[in-house]
Amino acid sequence: MHARILGFAAFAACLAVPAAAAVALSDAAGSYTVSPAGSSIHFTIGKAGGGGFDGAFARFKGTIRIDNGDVGRSKVDLTIYPESVGTGQSRIDAFLRSDAVFDAANSPEIQFRSTSVTRTGDTSALVTGRLTARGKTFAEKFTAELDGLKGGTIKFHVTGKVLRSRYGMDVGTPLYSNVVDFDMTLTGKRG
Amino acid sequence: MQTSITNTPTRYGWATILLHWLIGVLFIGQFALGFIMVRLTSQRTAFELIQLHKSLGFLLLGLITLRIAWRIGNATPPLPASVGALERRTAPLAHLALYAFQIALPLSGWALVSVSTLEIPTMPFDLFVMPNLPLAESDAAESFWAAAHWYLAYVGIALVALHVAAALRHHFVLRDSVLTRMITPSSGGE
Ligand code: HEM
Ligand code: HEM
Repeated sequence: MHARILGFAAFAACLAVPAAAAVALSDAAGSYTVSPAGSSIHFTIGKAGGGGFDGAFARFKGTIRIDNGDVGRSKVDLTIYPESVGTGQSRIDAFLRSDAVFDAANSPEIQFRSTSVTRTGDTSALVTGRLTARGKTFAEKFTAELDGLKGGTIKFHVTGKVLRSRYGMDVGTPLYSNVVDFDMTLTGKRG
Repeated sequence: MQTSITNTPTRYGWATILLHWLIGVLFIGQFALGFIMVRLTSQRTAFELIQLHKSLGFLLLGLITLRIAWRIGNATPPLPASVGALERRTAPLAHLALYAFQIALPLSGWALVSVSTLEIPTMPFDLFVMPNLPLAESDAAESFWAAAHWYLAYVGIALVALHVAAALRHHFVLRDSVLTRMITPSSGGE
């Protein structure tokens, strides 16, 4: 009984959302600057024996350009400053900044430059690009979900998995997973 | 010549001898590794060596448990007749203290990683996850166990130095069989 009502509600929601979103995406065309205030870049690394290890980057900058008419020609650029990593445990932060992991003194920036954006749904897209960290560059994929568009502000929820070993950051495997799970909220301001 | 696994009334068998030297090398190696790993500038190498130190520590704990069980289940040959009365009384005490340090060191290290707020898992030789001891984690508890482990390591290695000096004295000054019987196992006929 309960399940039936929920099922119906979900079905109704599915019908309603795409219509609204379709309008939203075409309205969204333009250039945005990522605003640190409404944005966050979180990551989680699984740990042997269960649980995980969470952190976030406090400083980053970026731009999002949504092409008018052709979403595929949209572009995303993101620069993260690994010096700003925070896990709530200062000894771990110092370890992450050191040459054991980010080597922030010699590689102060982690960069992502999109190479293609493929629409996967009314409000979602697959963003492929080149990620550069510690002088190494590889192709990576992120899923972006449109989370809201109001006035000149656009909000995306971005998730993706990155293998840290490729960037010379394999320290601690297999105690800590090689897979880094990213969970970001990127809020862009038009202009 | 047939050698004996077990001790005989006058000599050590090869199980006792093997365990003694295996543990001896590992114990001194653990001290050296511990000493070096906390003084490195490369955080990566330090991290990896600390994991190795933990793995070897657990191997040691296993071997020591085996050794103590073997010690209890086996007759221990008395010291040669030439050994003086004072040493006859102090040597067993020194050996008892050595056993106590062999147990206390790995246990204090295990307590240290269990209460550490870094929550770094322990996987001996990357084989399996070793559970933590059921102790509450806090910065204060971590400092306490780090200090305990440090003192036990330094007092323990001082005791080992004394032990080695005594063994060498037996061999080179007193010229008795105390060192050699810990090297060549009983051939069973004694
Ligand atoms: C590497 C240098 C070492 C030398 C030359 C050495 C030598 C000896 C000798 C000659 C004995 C026989 C004593 C006897 O017959 O009563 C002995 C016994 C013993 N050694 Fe060592 N040892 C060394 C390292 C160690 C280390 C590092 C430990 C442990 C931390 C250790 C723990 C013991 C114990 C507990 C006994 C008594 C065995 C028993 O009868 O229960 N030894 N050692
Ligand atoms: C289960 C076994 C063991 C574990 C888990 C363990 C763990 C540790 C850890 C985590 C540290 C780093 C402490 C710090 O932050 O300064 C350490 C240091 C050290 N450990 Fe162990 N340990 C074990 C057994 C041993 C044994 C058997 C020895 C033998 C003597 C030893 C000797 C040392 C020494 C010398 C240090 C360096 C202390 C200093 O100079 O600050 N450990 N151990």
